Formats: sequence, structure tokens, C-alpha cells
Amino acid sequence: MKFTDEFREPEVIARTAEEIRRLADPSRHYRLMEVCGGHTHAIYRFGLKDLLPENIELVHGPGCPVCVLPMGRIDDGLSIAADTGVIFAAFGDMMRVPGTHGSPLEHKARGADVRIVYSPADALKLARANPDRHVMFFAIGFETTAPSTALTLMRAKAEGIRNFSVFCNHVTIIPAIRAILDSPDMRIDAFIGPGHVSTVIGCRPYEWIARNEGKPIVVSGFEPVDVLQSIVMILQQMKQGEAKVENQYKRVVPWEGNKAALRAMAEVFELRPYFEWRGMGFISQSALRLRESYATFDAERRFNVPGIRVTDPKAAQCGEVLKGVLKPAQCKLFGKECTPEQPVGALMVSSEGSCAAYFNYEHRKSMVFTNIGVAV
Amino acid sequence: MCLAIPGQIVSVVDGLSHSAMVEVVGVRRRVDISLVEPEGIAPGDWVLIHVGFAMSKIREEEAFDQLRMLTVLGEAEAASLEASGYFEEESP
Repeated sequence: MKFTDEFREPEVIARTAEEIRRLADPSRHYRLMEVCGGHTHAIYRFGLKDLLPENIELVHGPGCPVCVLPMGRIDDGLSIAADTGVIFAAFGDMMRVPGTHGSPLEHKARGADVRIVYSPADALKLARANPDRHVMFFAIGFETTAPSTALTLMRAKAEGIRNFSVFCNHVTIIPAIRAILDSPDMRIDAFIGPGHVSTVIGCRPYEWIARNEGKPIVVSGFEPVDVLQSIVMILQQMKQGEAKVENQYKRVVPWEGNKAALRAMAEVFELRPYFEWRGMGFISQSALRLRESYATFDAERRFNVPGIRVTDPKAAQCGEVLKGVLKPAQCKLFGKECTPEQPVGALMVSSEGSCAAYFNYEHRKSMVFTNIGVAV
Repeated sequence: MCLAIPGQIVSVVDGLSHSAMVEVVGVRRRVDISLVEPEGIAPGDWVLIHVGFAMSKIREEEAFDQLRMLTVLGEAEAASLEASGYFEEESP
């Protein structure tokens, strides 16, 4: 199946970029954070930074689930995989993420039964197909992914399946945004809100950002025009001295979110009192765990895990990059010890990680402009 | 992981399994539709799929835009691999 490799709307992109230049006050500096890793990927891919005036800085946020997972959690999950009766199932994104003793793929090479699945439902199918083994699904993701894990667990419970569990690393986006706003070394003027997370949680959960913090937030789609239009909406708010939640991605994101998804999450998960995020430390009520009623499916209760906090390699500055304090190329390891082929930190593994996105696209600017057909 | 894959409903399997046969980037797979059922799902409808679950119902135009987007982002192959990777289920 082949799709055209061109955007149809170069003139709209050019016009929107012009609108941004018109709205931006040349006497001030704007720091806008795109929360979602999908946006980071799109921004680098389309070279959007180069369409913006110099005083608009895009800061990459924490919305890459693979990137924010601390190494200790990967070690804990892999320690369960050491049991020969266990099949360790995870999304492909996880497979090359380094743990203390190597990535899941390296554990597989050393004999662990590690399988890639593309859906939590497929991990459950693995359990049905292997009744004499235990299948542990290593769950990661924000609210986009958590409902799928919840529905899978509801199904496993309804079917009375006994050889299936979930090692739950699901995190929630709002506490991470709060932690960024509370961080003394961060100054963010406004947020480009996540697209697909918002299909689940809707736009209401962001209202405090506007109301209490006085920062505009615009939930955005992923196309170049979407991101640029969201920046226009942010600048218009700032110009008028307003701060509100707006939805640029109405064609996919309902204001109220997806009620069925929220119900499934509430049935299966409860908030953890605190959870560690790579580079951001412990954030209270920022992650999900299985409720007591799903205890038999909770890998953390079924298996003994070391639960040791592991710090990242000292030279790597993933934390600073994740918080937006450093740009990827400012990390000492960037492009030298740490590359997409030989990643030291998780931000270099996932295509949504800002380091991988920066590495893959930043040096190919000229090509990008030919593709979207915009003259700057 | 943030990017969702558009698929077109071929047939709704039955009321109880909450699943539908969906054509996703050239392959037919059974996809869970629990989360979009309240919106009403019929053959020909387009949905955005994330990790094997339909997350929202979208217009056809939006589906084509999203497919184009995946291609330009260099994620079309990954999307294809993901969709082909969904386990094929034995016929009910």
C-alpha cells in the first residue's frame, strides 16, 4: 500500500507560518512545550522549528512512554523473565531499551523467552495458547494505551485465565505537566497539548493549567498545519492576555474524552501514591497499578522483584533533556557514545524520543523542505 | 506509540465479542471495538486503531490524512508491521 509522500497544503503552511510571525512579539521570548513525543517526532520530521521566528522556542516534553520509564522498572520486569516458566511479552518499542544487564532483546539472546506483541490482547492470546506457561505483559504507555490493557485484564478475569499477568508501568500525563510547572529550572509559557491521550481523557483535565497557572494549552493534531495552527492559537491567547484550554484537534478529540475508555481504566486501575520517572524523580499520583480486585493478575504481587532504584549512566543527561532543560545535542553523549544504533538512553531508542528525532532529522533539513514544498 | 493507525470496518463480528474485522494498511485483522461501540459502528466506517483497539471513529478524509502522515513520518512500515503483527484469530 502506497501513499503520496507530499502534503497537499504547502500554501496553508506558509500562510500559517506568516501568521505566527505576525503575532509573535519580537521583544519577547516564547517557550512552548509540546508534551507528546508524537509531536516531537513530527516537529523534527517537518523541520517546523525553521518555520518559526527565532524567539519561539519549542521545548520537548515528557510524553514518550518508553523514555520516562526508569531503568529499575525494566530490570524488575526482566528479573521475572529469568523464570523459565515465564513468557515476557512487550511492545516492540521496549525491545532495545537498555536495562542494567541489557535490553529485553539481549535477554532473549541469552535464553529468556521474550516476545514482541503489538497489542495487550495478543499477550492474552499467548496465554491462552500456552496454558503450561505464564505470560507476563510488560505494560507501558500513557492514557492512550492504558484502556487497552484494562479491557484485556477485564477479559482475562471474565474468562478465568490463570496464567496471565501484567507488569504495570502505565503513567498519567497531568501529574507530569504539574511536575514540570513546579520545577524551578523550567519556565514554560504555554503547552501544545497531546493529541491521542486527549481522545481518552478529553480536554477538561487541562483546565487547571489555564485557570491556576495562567498558561494557555492547545490540544493539537500531528500534521504540520495542525502544530502551526496550535501555535497561532497560543499566540492569539497570549496577545489578548488570556489563558484557556482550546482544542485544535476537534476532528478526533471530543471535549469529554472517551467515556468507555475512562470506565475501563477506573474498573481495573487505581493511582499509585508515587512513581519514579526517568530524570524527573518521584512524582506523586502519577502512575497506575492494578486494583485489589485484579491482584491475581498483578505481576508485582505474583513475583518477587528486586525493586531497586537504578540511576542512569552518569554521563548521560536523559533527565535534563526530558525536562526540556537541555536540547538533545547538548548532552555529552549525543551522537558519540549514544546513537539510535547503539543507544545509551531511552530517548535515543524510540522514534518519539527527542534524541532519536533530533538525530534522524536535524541534519536533513534541506530534504524536508523539498518534501513539504515550503520556501522559507 | 503516540501515532494511531486508521482502519476501515469490514464487518462487525458479533455483539458479544466487541470486535470487528477491519482492513488496516492492507491487511484484515480482528480489532477490539469496545471503546467506539457507543458511537455506533457499521461496515465502511473508519476508526483510529491503537495497539489493536479502535480508539475513535473518524471521517474518511481524516483517515487518508493520517495514512499520509504515517508515510511521511516514516512510520508506515512500522504501522504495516504492527497491523500484520496482530494475531489472526481462528474463525468463531
